Amino acid sequence: MLYYSIAGLIVGLVAGLLFPMEVPVQYTKLLSVAILAGLDSVLGALRAVMVGNYDTVVFISGFFVNGFLAMLLSYIGNLLGIDLYLIGTLVFGMRIFQNIAVIRRLYMGK
Amino acid sequence: MREGRQLDIKAKLLVFFVFLVLGLMISTQFKNTEQQKNIYSARVDDLSERLKMAEAEKKQLAAELESLRNDQGNMVGHNELARLRILSGAVPLKGKGIEITLDDSKLQKSGQDNPNLYLIHDEDLLQVLNELRAAGAEAIAINDQRIVATSEIRCTGPTVSINNHQSSPPYVIKAIGNSKNMLSALKLRGGVLETFEFWGIQVKIERFDNLEVPAFDDRYGYEFAKPLGKEGA
Repeated sequence: MLYYSIAGLIVGLVAGLLFPMEVPVQYTKLLSVAILAGLDSVLGALRAVMVGNYDTVVFISGFFVNGFLAMLLSYIGNLLGIDLYLIGTLVFGMRIFQNIAVIRRLYMGK
Repeated sequence: MREGRQLDIKAKLLVFFVFLVLGLMISTQFKNTEQQKNIYSARVDDLSERLKMAEAEKKQLAAELESLRNDQGNMVGHNELARLRILSGAVPLKGKGIEITLDDSKLQKSGQDNPNLYLIHDEDLLQVLNELRAAGAEAIAINDQRIVATSEIRCTGPTVSINNHQSSPPYVIKAIGNSKNMLSALKLRGGVLETFEFWGIQVKIERFDNLEVPAFDDRYGYEFAKPLGKEGA
């Protein structure tokens, strides 16, 4: 599983760098929030793996739904003139740190 | 076991896909950010460079304009302007010329003759003016009214209107130009002076070496006429 994920990440990174995909400047914030959501999901999955209650469906659905919701929220904020992407950044950032903290503890076996 | 393995592979492929998407997003965002950084810094550099260049060019052009103005002013432009000012009557002039003084007739009116014939009319002045111009007069003034392109000579009752100023006899016509030519033009057989003489109109002609003709000092604006074509630009 780990190899698949690493391979997927590498392939995705390389493909993104190689293919001339561009996001319009006004949507880069949405993408950044989506990336944070994705990272949060990945770390959550890692944590679940370590805890032992990992579920692929939960992981994948969480990955996409969270990312999509984060983007939607930011987009609406953009329309309303509210920096809602900051909320996404804040929440997902906090969760990432929490997840990392949990993973760290689990890894250290405490 | 087999089903489990298959599910496992499916799950692994899904996870692969998820990470692929994550990688794609990250690299795209990375590229975007890099590009923006480059754009901003490139723009700042580029713009400041261009500003410098534009300023240098502006400076140079201003200097060029200044020097050209000086040149032009000293040579063509200034001469042209001076010529046009003389032509338009904007400056007083002096030079060789003749002064003609005309006054109404002192002859006794004889019988049924029209008394108007013994007076000086706008037509008489116009005839004199025409002769003077034909003889190459360069500047003409009647009773100190400079005759320019827009000047009128018109009968206004007992007086004559020139440049919208009323003039009454005696009329003093000053003309700068070739005195000889002007005199002979006036004295042509059957010409104006002969006619004047016939009706007893008093004519006095003097030659001057330093005749002064005043400037046209009336309104100069053009309200309706607009320059046409590139000459006027």
